[in-house]
Amino acid sequence: MTTTEATATAGAPPGVGQVPLRPRRRRGPAASQWAAAGFAAPLLVYLILFYAYPLWRNIDLSVHDYTIRAFVQGNAEFVGFEKYAEVFSSATFPMALWNTAVFTVVSIVFQYAIGLALAVFFRSGFRLSGVLRAMFLVPWLLPLIVSASTWAWMLNSDNGIVNSVLGAFGAEQINWLTSPDTALLSVTIANIWLGIPFNLVILYSGLQNIPGEVYEAASLDGAGPWKQFWSITFPLLRPVSAITILLGLIYTLKVVDVIWIMTTGGPGNASTTLAIWSYREAFGTGQPDFSPAAAVGNVLILIALVFGFLHLQLQRRQEDS
Amino acid sequence: MTGTRPRNEAWRKPWWKTALGLVFTAFMLFPVYWMVNVSLTQTSDLRADPPHWFPWNPTFEGYAAVFQQQLPALGTSLLVGLGCVALTVLIAAPAGYALALLNLRGGRTLNFLLLVAQMVPAVVMAMGFYAVYNSLGLLNTVGGLIVADSTVAVPFGVLLYTAFMSGIPRELLQAARVDGAGPWRTFRSIVLPVSRNSTLTVSLFAFLWAWSDFIFASTLNRNGELIPITLGIYNYIGNNTTQWNAIMATAVVASVPAAILLVVAQRYVAAGVTAGAVKD
Repeated sequence: MTTTEATATAGAPPGVGQVPLRPRRRRGPAASQWAAAGFAAPLLVYLILFYAYPLWRNIDLSVHDYTIRAFVQGNAEFVGFEKYAEVFSSATFPMALWNTAVFTVVSIVFQYAIGLALAVFFRSGFRLSGVLRAMFLVPWLLPLIVSASTWAWMLNSDNGIVNSVLGAFGAEQINWLTSPDTALLSVTIANIWLGIPFNLVILYSGLQNIPGEVYEAASLDGAGPWKQFWSITFPLLRPVSAITILLGLIYTLKVVDVIWIMTTGGPGNASTTLAIWSYREAFGTGQPDFSPAAAVGNVLILIALVFGFLHLQLQRRQEDS
Repeated sequence: MTGTRPRNEAWRKPWWKTALGLVFTAFMLFPVYWMVNVSLTQTSDLRADPPHWFPWNPTFEGYAAVFQQQLPALGTSLLVGLGCVALTVLIAAPAGYALALLNLRGGRTLNFLLLVAQMVPAVVMAMGFYAVYNSLGLLNTVGGLIVADSTVAVPFGVLLYTAFMSGIPRELLQAARVDGAGPWRTFRSIVLPVSRNSTLTVSLFAFLWAWSDFIFASTLNRNGELIPITLGIYNYIGNNTTQWNAIMATAVVASVPAAILLVVAQRYVAAGVTAGAVKD
């Protein structure tokens, strides 16, 4: 969290009272501002060309009726919010919204709980703990297509290892990816696995900031590990937890790769989230339908921004306290 | 670092914790093991019931297929990754300098915009880029893919550089100014060398994200002559779902950069995860 805390204040005059700023004044503030602007110029140009412009084009797509032909000829008809109305009244919308909520919330809850349990476990320090903790980063570093296709094969109905193991305990074959009852569950399991390293690393570094003396005092008072966790670790870790969870929310909302590679949002719409819906409309079928896809995408941005601002608000409050 | 205990104390901890840790790690890394296992399994054994838990009779057919068919894709991914690193560092390092040390006017707003930029879903960016590239004729080009991939890394890079550079002692910069160095000279011969670790972290993530990218590749570059390895795997899955050993062999090869980076630069990985807290 050090980055974001530090960066948020970077715009303010640095370390007032620490170092006199006289040498800068000698050159004059105007000259210094020109230099600053010069160094920031590539970024500004970059943000305008490669963030603002594509995003604007995306809005443009959503308020026109872009067919493939109109796309090539560039004469799409302006339809205002018609595409948004279409999206909201579509039968897919409530389904995708529900799936997004379930996928996100279940992923976050398990990623966080498992990540925290592991962080506490690793904090106690034991032989090989450093090496093993590093190994836990592997799922996070692998390309998503690698993990997603591995999971897809592990969950294969006929030849997957998961069904084989469950079968050894007498369970019946589960059609993980091809049954509407389990498709969303399957992609959620894979996504939980992917998110554990991130939660582990952040929460572990949060634990490092809790002074060891607090625990020593508690154990002198006769508090066992369970009591120590609930009365020290968990409350003191609350700020880090809040930020971990919010970042997790923002990142999970936009997940496309894992779901698309494992189920392409199917069967039917069983594992279609908003991001998948948008991707499928625009790129997933032979007939791209960019306008509704862009409308769904913009709805997704709005949802992400709500959580984003919550995150910024939280960060501000922590800096103030 | 008050929480860490001296190393020798860790060695007095009971063995059962290490044993438990090994079990957890084995459980967590099982999919990775399974990927390697399947990549070495004979095609005739792929559908064995129960599946072979260990490749007693390994085959390297899958790997041979990778090197016959996927070498160009690996090359493309390498090119895209390196291009993305160059572009990201080129834009992020000077911007970090301006934000952290030159008191850029409107710096707070810029920081805010960068945080917001990180929240934009990649699928939305992909559509916008598709529309833009379509009119500019940049679809299916390596350059276009590099630019699109860099949008993930640039905001992260600027924030990371800014955070690190804010901590550079002002005395160091003042000394340079007293010696008559202008902002450019200070940047090149003091700030950049001192920020070496940040450059490594930013480069590492920029490379890894570009190498792993699927969304931009599958939208902006799907009909390209030069496709990256992620798309190579994806097309493989689409074309012949029976050859899972070959698919998994490609997946293993595509994971090699991640493995190398973990071994060589684990320190920077952990630093990047905690600092920027970015996961796409």
